Amino acid sequence: MAEEQRTDLSVIGKPLPKIDAAAKVTGQLVYAGDLTLPRLAFAKLLRSPHPHARIRSIDVSRAAVLPGVLATLVGSELPIPFGILPVSQDEHALAIDTARFAGDPVAAVAAVDEETAEAALALVVVDYEVLPALMTVEDALARPDCRINEHGSHGNVHKEVSFDFGDVEAGFREADHLREDTFFFEGNNHLAMEEHAAVAHHGPDGKLTLWSSTQTPHYVHRALAKVLEMPPAHIRIVACSNGGGFGGKTDPFGHEIVVAKLSMKTGRPVKIVLTREEVFYTHRGRHPVRMWVKTGLKKDGRITAMHFRTALDGGAYGSYGVASLYYTGALQTVTYEIPRYKFEGVRVFTNKPPCGPKRGHGTPQPRFALECHIDRFCHDLGIDPAEWRLRNTLAPGTLTANQMQVRTIGLKACLDRVIERSAYREKRESLPDGRGIGLAGSAYLSGAGLPIYWNALPHSGVQIKVDRGGGVTVFCGSTDVGQGSDSVLAYVVAEELGIEPKDIRVVTADTDLTPVDLGSYSSRVTLMTGNAAIHAARKLRGQLLEAAARKLEVPVERLRMAARRVWDEADPSRGLSFAETAVLAEAAFGTLGSVGWYRPPKPAAKWKGSGVGPSPTYSYSAAAVELTADRETGIVRIDKVWIAHDIGRALNPLLVVGQLEGSVYMALGEALMEEQVFRKGLHKIPSMLDYKSPTSLDMPAVESILVETLDPEGPYGAKECGQGPLLPVIPAVANALFDALGVWVDEVPITPEKVLAALEGRYRSPKMPDYTYPETVVVAPLEPAAPAAPPATTALAEAR
Amino acid sequence: MEKRRLTLQVNGEAREVLVPVHHSLLEVLREDLGLTGTKHGCELGECGACTVLVDGKPVLSCLTLPVECEGREITTVEGLARGGELSPLQTTFSELGAAQCGYCTPGMLLTAQALVQQQARPSRDDIREALAGNLCRCTGYLKIFEAVELASARMRGEPEPAPVAPEVVRG
Amino acid sequence: MLRLPAFRYVAAGTATEAARILADQGPEAMAVAGGTDLYPNMKRRQFTPKLLVGLRGIEGASGIEANGGLSLGALTTLSAVASDPGILARWPAVARAASLVASPLHRNVATIGGNLCVDTRCTYYNQTEAWRAAIGYCMKKDGDICLVAPGSDTCWAVSSSDIAPVMVALGAEATLVGPQGERRIPVGSLYGSDGIRYLTKRPEEVLTEIYVPDRTGWRMTYRKLRRRGSIDFPILGVAAAARLGRGNTVEEVRIVLGAVQVAPVSASEAEGFLRGKVLDRDTIDQAAALAYKQARPLDNTDLAYAWRKRMARIEVARALRELAGLPTGDLPPVVA
Repeated sequence: MAEEQRTDLSVIGKPLPKIDAAAKVTGQLVYAGDLTLPRLAFAKLLRSPHPHARIRSIDVSRAAVLPGVLATLVGSELPIPFGILPVSQDEHALAIDTARFAGDPVAAVAAVDEETAEAALALVVVDYEVLPALMTVEDALARPDCRINEHGSHGNVHKEVSFDFGDVEAGFREADHLREDTFFFEGNNHLAMEEHAAVAHHGPDGKLTLWSSTQTPHYVHRALAKVLEMPPAHIRIVACSNGGGFGGKTDPFGHEIVVAKLSMKTGRPVKIVLTREEVFYTHRGRHPVRMWVKTGLKKDGRITAMHFRTALDGGAYGSYGVASLYYTGALQTVTYEIPRYKFEGVRVFTNKPPCGPKRGHGTPQPRFALECHIDRFCHDLGIDPAEWRLRNTLAPGTLTANQMQVRTIGLKACLDRVIERSAYREKRESLPDGRGIGLAGSAYLSGAGLPIYWNALPHSGVQIKVDRGGGVTVFCGSTDVGQGSDSVLAYVVAEELGIEPKDIRVVTADTDLTPVDLGSYSSRVTLMTGNAAIHAARKLRGQLLEAAARKLEVPVERLRMAARRVWDEADPSRGLSFAETAVLAEAAFGTLGSVGWYRPPKPAAKWKGSGVGPSPTYSYSAAAVELTADRETGIVRIDKVWIAHDIGRALNPLLVVGQLEGSVYMALGEALMEEQVFRKGLHKIPSMLDYKSPTSLDMPAVESILVETLDPEGPYGAKECGQGPLLPVIPAVANALFDALGVWVDEVPITPEKVLAALEGRYRSPKMPDYTYPETVVVAPLEPAAPAAPPATTALAEAR
Repeated sequence: MEKRRLTLQVNGEAREVLVPVHHSLLEVLREDLGLTGTKHGCELGECGACTVLVDGKPVLSCLTLPVECEGREITTVEGLARGGELSPLQTTFSELGAAQCGYCTPGMLLTAQALVQQQARPSRDDIREALAGNLCRCTGYLKIFEAVELASARMRGEPEPAPVAPEVVRG
Repeated sequence: MLRLPAFRYVAAGTATEAARILADQGPEAMAVAGGTDLYPNMKRRQFTPKLLVGLRGIEGASGIEANGGLSLGALTTLSAVASDPGILARWPAVARAASLVASPLHRNVATIGGNLCVDTRCTYYNQTEAWRAAIGYCMKKDGDICLVAPGSDTCWAVSSSDIAPVMVALGAEATLVGPQGERRIPVGSLYGSDGIRYLTKRPEEVLTEIYVPDRTGWRMTYRKLRRRGSIDFPILGVAAAARLGRGNTVEEVRIVLGAVQVAPVSASEAEGFLRGKVLDRDTIDQAAALAYKQARPLDNTDLAYAWRKRMARIEVARALRELAGLPTGDLPPVVA
């Protein structure tokens, strides 16, 4: 039986509590902001009041002599740039010559307490020469002479791409029907409940430790080593438990470097805790994206070609922006049959906080556009949108037009289940006026196929140690941001070694102690650390079984391991406890320990830019949303959401449903109310009161359905669930609104005034910026000889 | 800067502190008493993460002055478990996955604690209303509602509502 | 972490004592009751008083008495008001407005008097010191222009009390205690015509009691518009109260709009129009159209102000329909 088909699992698949649940409910889980150390000093950042300004000079002399101030810091003391992507090393811990958005940090102070540090900031004198504030894509494109960020392609264009896969114009000529639509997805913030915090300690041994609320300690490690010009061996990064991440803590941040440098300057540990307003400036949230899509269709609804254009408002720095840009074009093709595909995209710098990855990274925006577009062309052709989706989902193993390799695909099952459970067919076009139902499908990565910086190393490493008392410690660089990745490690190792999750101590996210895992982003952790943990655990399992076999004098094949016991299948009364077995194994093989790792399969595609989009396997989701809209006010109330998700296999259905419900929640916030907006050069609403996050009274009932496709690439067949389920909900809301009121709103958030405008014929669809995309790169199809589903090249496959 | 010596009743213990009067209860709990279970997400009373009970009522510790709390019983998340035994709400939050990242959890628990003490049989709407000042970004609140309902049923000694298991299908 | 500026604190034992301290200390001192409005503003440095005079300990300043009229100690918490059986039965709009203020966590300490005195709000004003410095300050604090209406010589910060429109509609009176004695004024005259000096009471005067007359025979409601189900300030509030005679003939009516101006606005034209008429769909629509003219929201709270203005008509109509016992037009309960 293939691994993923196993049915003899005793821990995997059970609705167990998280291993850190008790720590959470007793308030004992330690977040970075909870840390304190002897002689702890506090840092505060001075931020630019101007959206765009040349820094003529910074005078910290008065701040430096304020009683209680320990050190000051300006950008010229940290001249080496950094950034998450190797192609976007465009940030400085503190701005040196230019402040690029209102809120860009320009100086820092360390003092004996936070209040003193705050008071000292007021004494720092910065001489600014104000530059034009380019707050919109149009403004930025109109002023190529006034460059916000020199790291771009030209003018204020950060990055532009154009690819044609299979000659879309030919496809359009074959079409019976053409449809074009334009959409806009407003930017928004992750709004993790925990404000970013970091503590740095440069110790007397000359080594630096940084505790931080980060999802990516490994990348912070690299950035710190680079900027501080220290050997990585002398730097230790500990990612504390994150109070939510959602992608907002995946960049290395200036404040992390600042506290490290201030600790070096003061010889004391230094702590910083951002305020909520500062979190809005740190941002890296959802890019505002305008999108244009044109699709050619046969009368029966088959797509002949699709042309998709995006324009991203990137903010002032690169961050993940190049990847974000590619993601706005990468995954349209992995859901439904699109034989010819063209993608053009541009990311533009503006004088706003940098955008980056938020749950779904670059894909919720085009998914919103695509799924609304589908309902509209179905409307044109008189086809039921549910039937269209069911008929046009990809077959398993499809290599898409843009050369993304689909493996298992549970999209049809997801659609089928939400259609039936929501009674979509009965309700659509049949509910009373003002009530409507909408549907959408989607896909997401189970981990990025390539690392952020090029290397041939494992993406995830796990180390396991077994002690003589039967205790097991699992070491892994992965970071628990609340999704439960520490628990997944415990479940997997417990399953493999036949013990209970409680017997396992999990040590994660500490660059001194744990093997590298690339971090909690791109929904990679369960799949990659799960596989790495299986790989490591199987080696130990082999030693344990062999030692037990010798003792019991039975062949290894006859032994079973579960519930802390190893026994002879033929005579279950003959067995050993796990602890006894551990002692025997140590006597036989020496100190027990093993390592395992995971590296994703090599992507099929070879075109330049194809590094963004491939994944070991894709997860799929479908949502149906029922809502009621008020024709008089334009107010929309979500009545219920049905969400089905292709999880591959639910390692813990409790945690999976938690991710589904949380995704629905965040999606509804984005669909109806969340927006990061600016006025007069400033963030208009940098607070939790004015930035609208749905409350308990705004959350509808949700029915969750888990679809298990048992993917050969996933641990026990598992895929991701943290991000994908957000995607279909947003377009399903817009589609439901059309069913309710007969009007389209082409953008999110769908606010009451937009609904009212649409009802009154005043709504104006978004316009694409006036911009000429670069010359199109025509990508040749892969050689037909290429295998449809390349074999997995993972360490795990080798171990099997 | 005016400092006061205050005796605060925190989780049943009399704790003496010498603090500037302008330091909020949130700051004093976390920074002077080391009770970092009380979290903060905005410090402006907009998120509910810092909720503690004062005389049994959930309040925002970021908007509370310790000088106004003398002689009143303050309960933080550290005070919910008794003798190492988790409270019914702590148990159900843990069992049902109502704590994802765990950051809003202390505030949620305290608000919920006040509710289940005040109302033996809170309806789903009562729970939604009671928790409407505690923002959560992870769970979508649903597991939290279920955890409050389950704890409440257990506290009444009633049969527990059947666990809500999702439909699982092969795709 | 955002922290309060340093201050000294004194707990007042009586309202007179509080008023004397406030008078003695002048603008350096401020009174605080629940603190849910003042402390956020202090953390953002809208206010940096050197001395806070705590009102919580004032004897007899909290409590609910309903004998004929309703006497509310100004220090009564909004939770207490919202859940009081007598208020729920006889002045339901008061309970309803109280139940809709901010969140349950606020209402456990926020007071009814505090909500009547809640500072006017504006998205250019309710920002941190650094934010306001960046934009160049507005006239309400540290600046000299109105950023929402740059030509204006007065401040347009919005009255954001949920309680005020109801109290004005019910003809409530407020007792103010000063160093030399007390006075009682209609709640409606508590409010000024400028977002800065939004209260007419003298700074040292302490609001101690709100008296709501017996409104037996009146129907009343309060409706609140905001983006979320909780926490948010009103972006429109409508209080309506009426005494209806036979056949729903309007004998007396009050319609008061909140969050559309620097003060609660009595929709006097609409009230005048309705008096003596039968309250039906048609007269309601006409009255709502008149009330709508008096709503002049600006771009300084949540959502588009043109939409908020339009909502004044709809919400007034729905409030009046509630009074008339007609279907309001609100969304039906969730059925999915």
